[in-house]
Amino acid sequence: MDERNFNGVKKVLLISSSGGHWIQLSRLVPRLESCDLYFASTDKSYKETVPDGHFYYIQDASRTDTIIKIAKQALQVLITLIRVNPQVVITTGAAPGFFAVFFAKKLGKKTIWIDSIANVWEISMSGARALKHADLLLTQWQHLDSKVGAKYFGSVI
Amino acid sequence: MRKNMSAMIFVSVGTQLPFDRLISAMDQWSGNHPDYSVFAQIGESQYAPKNMAFEKNLSISEYTDCFNKASLVVSHAGMGTIITALESQKPLIIMPREFSRSEHRNDHQVATAEKFSHFDLIDVVEDTASLFDAIDSAMKSAGEKTSPRLEVSGALIQAIESVIDSA
Repeated sequence: MDERNFNGVKKVLLISSSGGHWIQLSRLVPRLESCDLYFASTDKSYKETVPDGHFYYIQDASRTDTIIKIAKQALQVLITLIRVNPQVVITTGAAPGFFAVFFAKKLGKKTIWIDSIANVWEISMSGARALKHADLLLTQWQHLDSKVGAKYFGSVI
Repeated sequence: MRKNMSAMIFVSVGTQLPFDRLISAMDQWSGNHPDYSVFAQIGESQYAPKNMAFEKNLSISEYTDCFNKASLVVSHAGMGTIITALESQKPLIIMPREFSRSEHRNDHQVATAEKFSHFDLIDVVEDTASLFDAIDSAMKSAGEKTSPRLEVSGALIQAIESVIDSA
């Protein structure tokens, strides 16, 4: 059976780590109203702010954490992807976003990486790693257009 | 002493790394200005404030609440705070974390702050003395500054939509 909802609305998972990544991702929400939106992040308190409470908590982890913690996060992201079963994954980073596009691509989903606007000098390390798993890799700085395969179409602000 | 609640200053340094230089400076400022209310989110900072109220971390609703109450925000160069300040039209003083002081893994906050310094609402400072000067001038010009409304790029939405449509 087709993955999309009975009414043809596309399911989109918006996933990122907490803080600035999440706030950038949240700016897309009013513009994606025609989609069925699901959310995942590393701060439990976000659940109360998302439409319909479609929120999945992901344990925090970054490059400097232990391999066990990072592996646990990767597994949580994979489980979330299987449970939500979206057609599209959109992320602003960082580690949970990388795992999301990595697994989502292997599961046949479309994937979009929007590199954080904080990456002024170069595409983030996780963004560069996400490139081969992303259908679209966006930078929010014009001077980074075409760098490591990123495209510039403006920013979320 | 009665606090001047109409002039609350909200300080935020994110959750990931300590920023004792900014937290201790704001604690010192608060000690020198007991009639102002200062509230700080200190994250992993080791310095324990003596003159201002603080929490380690805030939920998103507490964070939004602090922004709504604040007449001035002082922070590191974190994108969450920068965007929220511009969205809510709050004056923001940014002290970027410096690599040379071991405040971050590199100097990207200096670059971020520089990229946003052209907004009227945003003032970038590099040390305690310029921070205190910036607070003084922000208090004097309270409510006078605005910055253009933030807009998500239409081309960016179109690029995203074309991927969604192809799914």
